[in-house]
Amino acid sequence: MGDFFVDPVRPVDRALITHGHADHARSGHAHVMATDDTLAIMALRYGEDFAGATQTAVLGERMEIGGVGVTFHPAGHVLGSAQIAVEQAGTRIVVSGDYKRQADPTCLPFEPIACDIFITEATFGLPVFRHPPAEEEVARLLKSVRQFPERAHLVGAYALGKAQRMIRLLRDAGYEEPIYIHGALAKLCDFYQQKGIDLGPLEPATVDRANKEGFAGAIVVGPPSAFADRWARRFPDPVSAFASGWMRIRQRAKQRGVELPLIVSDHSDWDELTATIHETGAGEVWVTHGREEALVRWCEIEGIKARPLHLVGYEDEGD
Amino acid sequence: MDAFAQLLDRLVLASARNAKLALMRDYFSVTRDPDRGLALAALTGDLSFSSVKPAMLRTLITERMDPVLFAYSYDYVGDLAETVSLAWQQREGSRPNDRDISLADAVERLSSASRSDGPRVLEDLLDRMEAPARFAIIKLVTGGLRVGVSTGLAKQALAEMGGVHVHEIEELWHGLTPPYGELFAWLEGTGEKPVSAARAMFRPVMLSTATDLAELANVDPSEYSAEWKWDGIRVQAVSESGTRRLYSRTGDDISGTFPDVLEAMDFDAALDGELLVGTPPDHTGSFSDLQQRLNRKSVSDKQLKAFPAFVRCYDLLQEADEDLRPLPFVERRKRLEAFIGALGSPRFDLSPLVPFGNWEELEGLRTAPPHPVIEGVMLKRHDSRYLPGRPRGPWFKWKRDPHTVDAVLMYAQRGHGKRSSFYSDYTFGVWTGDAGQPELVPVGKAYFGFTDEELKQIDKFVRDNTIDRYGPVRAVRAEPGHGLVIEVAFEGLARSTRHKSGVAMRFPRVSRLRWDKPPHEADRLETLQAMLD
Ligand SMILES: [Zn+2]
Ligand SMILES: [Zn+2]
Repeated sequence: MGDFFVDPVRPVDRALITHGHADHARSGHAHVMATDDTLAIMALRYGEDFAGATQTAVLGERMEIGGVGVTFHPAGHVLGSAQIAVEQAGTRIVVSGDYKRQADPTCLPFEPIACDIFITEATFGLPVFRHPPAEEEVARLLKSVRQFPERAHLVGAYALGKAQRMIRLLRDAGYEEPIYIHGALAKLCDFYQQKGIDLGPLEPATVDRANKEGFAGAIVVGPPSAFADRWARRFPDPVSAFASGWMRIRQRAKQRGVELPLIVSDHSDWDELTATIHETGAGEVWVTHGREEALVRWCEIEGIKARPLHLVGYEDEGD
Repeated sequence: MDAFAQLLDRLVLASARNAKLALMRDYFSVTRDPDRGLALAALTGDLSFSSVKPAMLRTLITERMDPVLFAYSYDYVGDLAETVSLAWQQREGSRPNDRDISLADAVERLSSASRSDGPRVLEDLLDRMEAPARFAIIKLVTGGLRVGVSTGLAKQALAEMGGVHVHEIEELWHGLTPPYGELFAWLEGTGEKPVSAARAMFRPVMLSTATDLAELANVDPSEYSAEWKWDGIRVQAVSESGTRRLYSRTGDDISGTFPDVLEAMDFDAALDGELLVGTPPDHTGSFSDLQQRLNRKSVSDKQLKAFPAFVRCYDLLQEADEDLRPLPFVERRKRLEAFIGALGSPRFDLSPLVPFGNWEELEGLRTAPPHPVIEGVMLKRHDSRYLPGRPRGPWFKWKRDPHTVDAVLMYAQRGHGKRSSFYSDYTFGVWTGDAGQPELVPVGKAYFGFTDEELKQIDKFVRDNTIDRYGPVRAVRAEPGHGLVIEVAFEGLARSTRHKSGVAMRFPRVSRLRWDKPPHEADRLETLQAMLD
């Protein structure tokens, strides 16, 4: 339908982008349509010239592209994230993008959109994935900080969305100390602050500080990839924590050498996925981006027509 | 139940001893009776039900979940207990998140359930809990928490919680039963120290410190006795008023594994010695022989015949009502010799003293011991009382120099805690096969013995020479012309059917990095095979 692509992995003429994660938002398209926050995030990550031309999609406002109606709706995934509803000849298809239903103080909540066909993500599309309330996980982190005051707590969190959500949740839990961040997070944290999401005092986790005051008792947030890196050596004997839905599985935590797994996800868990499918009232579901087979099986049991949509190139940056 | 479940989850992932201690200490301090005592019993393996078989778990979950979805889930997670705990669908009408279920409640319900209603009781519990607590319960009922906590470590945490010495806990331990109410009351200062009611209690063991010729140069040899240090396991055999127990040196009761020794404990005394296999005095088996008898819950007649166990005695701690520990070593030794002589049992013999004039003479004896199962000499000061722990001075161990071999680094794994950003666990191999086309076969793993500076150098080598990755493990270049040679030191070598190489090293560690040595000059498997005892 229409002469456009949603979250294309290769450069195209006209791209509709759901959100700023690297597996969805690539640079080099001729025309890009996205929410203003997503456009701003793409500019931060890829530079101002990330696309030939850009057009802002206002949430809830219907636009026409080549005779096809297009509307962006909030997806509750990260700041700026949207689902995209596409209408033609009385049929409405909703592309979910990445989404979650748990409350998130750093972005607008997901809105269920009635549709005929729902194209849903399925990153955590297995019944073993049930995310506990994020507040409980943050409480476990703070408990550990009290238990191990002599160690630094390194919290692995994806640079866009998860990191800012973790910081905001820590503030909501009453943690007022400076939080130390990896350099890769600085621009995005600034952007969130500009958008009115108060992250409290943030400081760079520099070697200089490590040599002078040290990081005993501190919380340090950085991208997970940095923890296996030489960067992590400035923290003596750290507690390595990782905020991710994958941390539900003990073996995953073990393999990564994570001492404190925090089950905090920006994706829907199994219960959110199945509840959302019901809420959309869709008669047909296409499952993509993750573990398709289990969700397709569930739809069959529920009498909903479903098929897997195997897409290449998605490697969940922001789980 | 939640607090207990969280404790287990954290213990499993904490690799540092200090972290485990802090976690247990905190839990024991904030948790009330009887939950904390039951948790302690669960950690030390004294609480398990083993009433539920894995097949039963499968039945329970597929009664309430599509079998195909279960199969996808199990396939992904790989562990049955974990899959069931995560995918469990609470029945409509059951009260989810029922935080009121304490560990004590759960234990009570499970232990009072009959065989036939066990599965329903479990089902009801699982319906009332969240995933981590479900996992803990399933682990308890299927037997085996496996969180990497030894009984000794749990006792250490208790000692730190109460500010008492761990020996005090070890002495009391065998007279206490779950949920250990009086123990906790004492540790918290709200109750008297429990009186040890146990018969045949464990006495904290006296240990020695390592020494060498340089240190001994300042020590007067005439003040010391020497005896061989046997390479078995240190034990304490205690028999009092008909109660017989064999303890490991950390106070674990290993009586069940050695019925042959227990049967021969027809005396009223406490003996300190080395557990070995063989038929003394003519035959003393190797450490590999002894391994056939270790870590077994039950022993077959065949093993009892092929590898009979005996205790080679070092010391006498108690005889009838008399505590000999305050006596000087020479006095105890006389009493020990008389005791063993009178006993006349083939399961208890005497560790002989080694006469010597000066340290140089003893050095000669030490480097050429009369038996392969000797790993050095022990030095005991004549006036030394039997003290718990490892006081410096009264007892020394002077070990045989370790064996070394030049091996090639094959794989490196990322470490934990302080070392989580370093590749610090190394698998190394030696050459085998045709000399023209040799292949490396792994012979062991080492993760200590190097300095921080050397760790950085190896880490850099690993990162620069990675040829493959498997999770936290990297395979590195290891070719005859390119690779890193490590001189590995180890205490002994045993045959092994579990290793492809057929040999297993005891206590391997990195002794030197041989940057200078080309890999093709590293040792061959034949060299190791020749060292097998
Ligand atoms: Zn994604
Ligand atoms: Zn995403």
